Amino acid sequence: MNASTPTTPVQDALPQVKLDRIPLLLLPVLALAALPLTGSLSTWVTLTFAGLAMGMIIFIIASGLTLVFGLMDVLNFGHGVFITLGAFLATSVLGRMTGWTESESLVRNLMAMVPAMLAAMAVAGAVGFAFERLIIRPVYGQPLKQIMITMGGMIVGVELIKVLWGAQAIPLPLPTAFRGSLLFGEAAVEKYRLISVVVGLGVFTVMFWVLSRTKVGLLIRAGVQDREMVESLGYRIGRLFVGVFVAGSALAGLGGVMWGLYQQTITPEMGGQVNVLLFIVIIIGGMGSVGGCFIGSLLVGLVANYAGFLAPKVALFSNILLMVIVLMWRPEGLYPVGKR
Amino acid sequence: MIFSRLLSGDLPRSRVLMVLLIAILAGLALTPFAFPGAKALNVAAKICIFIVLVASFDLLLGYTGIVSFAHTMFFGIGAYGVAIALNRMGPSWAGVAVGVGAALLLSLGLSLVIGLFSLRVKAMFYAMITLAVATAFQTLASQLSDLTGGEDGLTFKVPELLSPGFSLSEHPFLGVSLDGRLISFYLLVTVTVVLFLLMLRIVNSPFGRVLQAIRENAFRAEALGYQTVLYRTWSNVLSAAFATLAGALLALWLRYNGPDTSLSFEIMIDILLMVVIGGMGTLYGSVIGATLFIIVQNYLQDLMKLASEGMGKIPLLRDLLHPDRWLLWLGILFVLSVYRFPTGIVGKLRTKARGHS
Repeated sequence: MNASTPTTPVQDALPQVKLDRIPLLLLPVLALAALPLTGSLSTWVTLTFAGLAMGMIIFIIASGLTLVFGLMDVLNFGHGVFITLGAFLATSVLGRMTGWTESESLVRNLMAMVPAMLAAMAVAGAVGFAFERLIIRPVYGQPLKQIMITMGGMIVGVELIKVLWGAQAIPLPLPTAFRGSLLFGEAAVEKYRLISVVVGLGVFTVMFWVLSRTKVGLLIRAGVQDREMVESLGYRIGRLFVGVFVAGSALAGLGGVMWGLYQQTITPEMGGQVNVLLFIVIIIGGMGSVGGCFIGSLLVGLVANYAGFLAPKVALFSNILLMVIVLMWRPEGLYPVGKR
Repeated sequence: MIFSRLLSGDLPRSRVLMVLLIAILAGLALTPFAFPGAKALNVAAKICIFIVLVASFDLLLGYTGIVSFAHTMFFGIGAYGVAIALNRMGPSWAGVAVGVGAALLLSLGLSLVIGLFSLRVKAMFYAMITLAVATAFQTLASQLSDLTGGEDGLTFKVPELLSPGFSLSEHPFLGVSLDGRLISFYLLVTVTVVLFLLMLRIVNSPFGRVLQAIRENAFRAEALGYQTVLYRTWSNVLSAAFATLAGALLALWLRYNGPDTSLSFEIMIDILLMVVIGGMGTLYGSVIGATLFIIVQNYLQDLMKLASEGMGKIPLLRDLLHPDRWLLWLGILFVLSVYRFPTGIVGKLRTKARGHS
């Protein structure tokens, strides 16, 4: 159309995409709206922190799921199995290090936690690699089969976990120094929630850095926007995808450790139960968007905790209500990803 | 030929399949006489109920190509409808009618709303949305304990003709006492056959052909002038209605209903497995799938127990063959069938039969 337009300088050719700030505002608005309802400031601080901690853990788990979907249109209904795997590995590792987990010293506790997390990430990542090869690769581009096959992978995975660890619920106690709460004035904040927020922010920062400052991240983001274009520029999106899938599974494993410690009891079915929550989060965020997933997770966490305090009966449906409200406002999610 | 008309012209088209189907029908019809005992009768009744349920799911998944995870929701609505009505109104046929009617209305309304709102979106989103809705419904059912009995569920009495205390004659017939239990069983078998033939009629009608066209290529079907959203919604509504009826049958047979018996996600997984292993896109697949799955569920465990004990020395193998792990093996079979024979057992049999002739 505009063939005759004069050549524009390079900086104009690539205009900065303006960040859509409205979804970012949702979090403080929601938190402030809840303040008068909860009645006291200390309760509000406790609830907000609990919500943020829960949201961070959900984000760690869901981020991989949304990226995998964004890159390859693969929705992994079996994502939950990596959560379960992570949590069960944590019991095995922490169970062998009771000397350190039951010690009063924070350093020793951390020295037990770090190997547990690393083991969970390594094994979940390795299993993710196999899962991608065996379960997902043969059915690329066939959504119907994908849904069924990932579901089947989940069934088999859960049964195998039962074979290895038994079918019963296992307690996963917190290391000693992580128990109890810190008092800020009147407000009590559980120590473990503080740790979850720190770990969650760490994961978010690293992920944000990788996605926005490295070449791999650039390719991933480009692939989410337009896979064919990236391929036609000579990059093998398949390999990139395997990497993202493995990383996503490893993060789910890490999230499983965090979630297991948050719940303090783990069952082989826990992953499947979180699945619905994950789907809600990535739908709210906009399928494929990491930023949207982050905000979606925190929203879900906050709403769950506020609703749990204000109206326990409503809390059971708060996630779905939240999803419906967000979708009525933005049918594609908070941050719609271009092509969808 | 009357036989062909009865099956709506959709013959088994494989001798082995025909023999299997006849064997299943005969086995179900003769269960009270051939296999005495409460367990065999319960297994046969469960097979009947699941044939209807799985066939109704196949209408959606196999014929229209829609993955829904809310199918047990409609199953549960049917079961709760009968349970609540009979619990409130006492054991009467009017109660059964009110229960089934109310449940059907609710299912129709819900499936219509879900369908119109969300069948426009891609398969993935539909699967996710139905999963969320079904989870919410399950929570709702266990929370409204005044109405549904909560987690404990509801027990109730069925109309006298169907209750175990009723006796048709003093003298047992061929060693089987002619009580209400027997009457319920044959009622169940009859309703199953009727509903199955009705569904066969639907999928082999011009309407059913359009559904298959949508499954194969929705874009082309739309281009030919069929409003795909409308047809998809109809398919959704019909399948919900049949699932509701299956739920009502379940409640009448068990004289009990609770969240775990009719709403749980495990049942959803089970019917997904049955449909795929039996064969998607052919209703005979649901007969084979349901029968195979339920027999395995109830009797494979005994076999595995033997095998597991035989493996006493080898720890991992023993755990793999533990009777509680039957789902592992069916899960593997499921994954393999999605890859290797996506048309399931029935499809495989039909291809074989075509190859011979």
